[in-house]
Amino acid sequence: MELLSLSPPGWGGNLLRGLVNSLQIAFGAFGLGLVIGLFGAYGKLYGGVVIRDLLGIYTTVIRAVPELVLILILYYVGTDLINKAAEAMGYGRVEISGVVAGIWVLGIVQGAYSTEVLRGAIQAVPKGQMEAARAYGMPALLVMRRVTIPAMMSFAVPGLANLWLIATKDTALLAIVGFSELTLETKQAAASTRAYFTFFLAAGALYLIVTLLSGVVFGRIEKWARRGQPSLRAGQSR
Amino acid sequence: MTLRALLQPHRIVMMALFAIFVIWCALSLRWDWIPQYAPLALEGLWRTIWILIVTCILGFLLAIPLGLAQAIGPWYLAAPARVFCTVIRGTPLLLQIWLLYYGLGSLFPQIPWIRGSDLWPYLRQAWPYAVLALTLSYAGYEGEVMRGAFSSVNKGQLEAANSFGMPRFTMFRRIWLPQAIRSVLPTLGGETILQLKATPLVATITVVEIYAVSSRVRSDMLIVYEPLLLLALFYLIIAGVITLLFRKFENSVPSR
Repeated sequence: MELLSLSPPGWGGNLLRGLVNSLQIAFGAFGLGLVIGLFGAYGKLYGGVVIRDLLGIYTTVIRAVPELVLILILYYVGTDLINKAAEAMGYGRVEISGVVAGIWVLGIVQGAYSTEVLRGAIQAVPKGQMEAARAYGMPALLVMRRVTIPAMMSFAVPGLANLWLIATKDTALLAIVGFSELTLETKQAAASTRAYFTFFLAAGALYLIVTLLSGVVFGRIEKWARRGQPSLRAGQSR
Repeated sequence: MTLRALLQPHRIVMMALFAIFVIWCALSLRWDWIPQYAPLALEGLWRTIWILIVTCILGFLLAIPLGLAQAIGPWYLAAPARVFCTVIRGTPLLLQIWLLYYGLGSLFPQIPWIRGSDLWPYLRQAWPYAVLALTLSYAGYEGEVMRGAFSSVNKGQLEAANSFGMPRFTMFRRIWLPQAIRSVLPTLGGETILQLKATPLVATITVVEIYAVSSRVRSDMLIVYEPLLLLALFYLIIAGVITLLFRKFENSVPSR
């Protein structure tokens, strides 16, 4: 147990630092994924044929190739591009921080999934609502902000909650490219003390706490997004 | 997709661009390592597929009692099943794999009767831990799906079977399970692709599957993109095959 204490002889501090790093990346990636997903969903629904096909390829490829492989490809492509750009502008090679790289890589992966979630949610909004707003001469952006997004929230939240959980768990994959998030910190702590079970179980508990707390938070959000709507259960009977 | 849909002008342009990209890759990147590594790659590919099939089947068999326990079991069966599913779904798979491999792997040598047993030569290798971790993970995710499937089967049919005096096990085998499986088939396809995408994680515990082969090529030949692109292509093809197989499955069972 004293192995887990927060001060230096124990490794608890390292684990918590790893957890903070993990959460930071998960937050960033989830946010970036939402932005990509919103544009992607609109592109898929209202875009031209070319945009629709390109987005189709993006979501299909990202969802069929393992995250680990994508992380490696995107990591190298990203650093290569940035270094080329930096050299072209006359700077030397740039060292990219792990957090930024992690957010960029996981964000693009998340974007593909949230494109699908948001597209489904937008489609679930009754068309008449958007048409009514358009008929009153609302500009497209205002329709999106005032009508589409609030109305689709209740359909999107369960899917987005799932994506958030995937984001927190996918941060563990960054351990393989050597970024010191929770899983890698745990492995290092375990390897240097030989107390594998203690540390892996502790890390598992931390992840589980994050998951369970997120469940509570998203439950609240869903309730808020559903305010004023009749309960879905009421109409169902089997 | 019909041929006509494929031959729209913008799609022809996109395919041409893609073909140019492929030709550019073929000409300007290094591929001379392929003959040398092809046997190893085939072995790795086979191991990936083998692990995928074995863990999916075992995991699914484990998921049936897990789902059943949660759907109708008494609380002393339902509660552990629910905890198991929550824990598996709430922690990263990589952590589970490392916990089993490093944790159990460091525990077993200290127990004399395990060292002396016939299983010891296997327990010293990495793949039993990989199979165990992936099986448990698949069972955890699938158990949750099966719970929904079991409770969605029409109660009237079960009551009818019951009133004809069908034994409970026959009822389960003939009516309940087939309908539950039919209703999860689409989800099952998706979950199997997720499982495919989880297999490269076992490369981190020294199981040499296709991802591990590509990492080896990368470090041996000091190249980055070539093996990764080829690897992504392999996974795309396997995922496509899984999708087709499940579509065929779904079409072969009569739907309501």
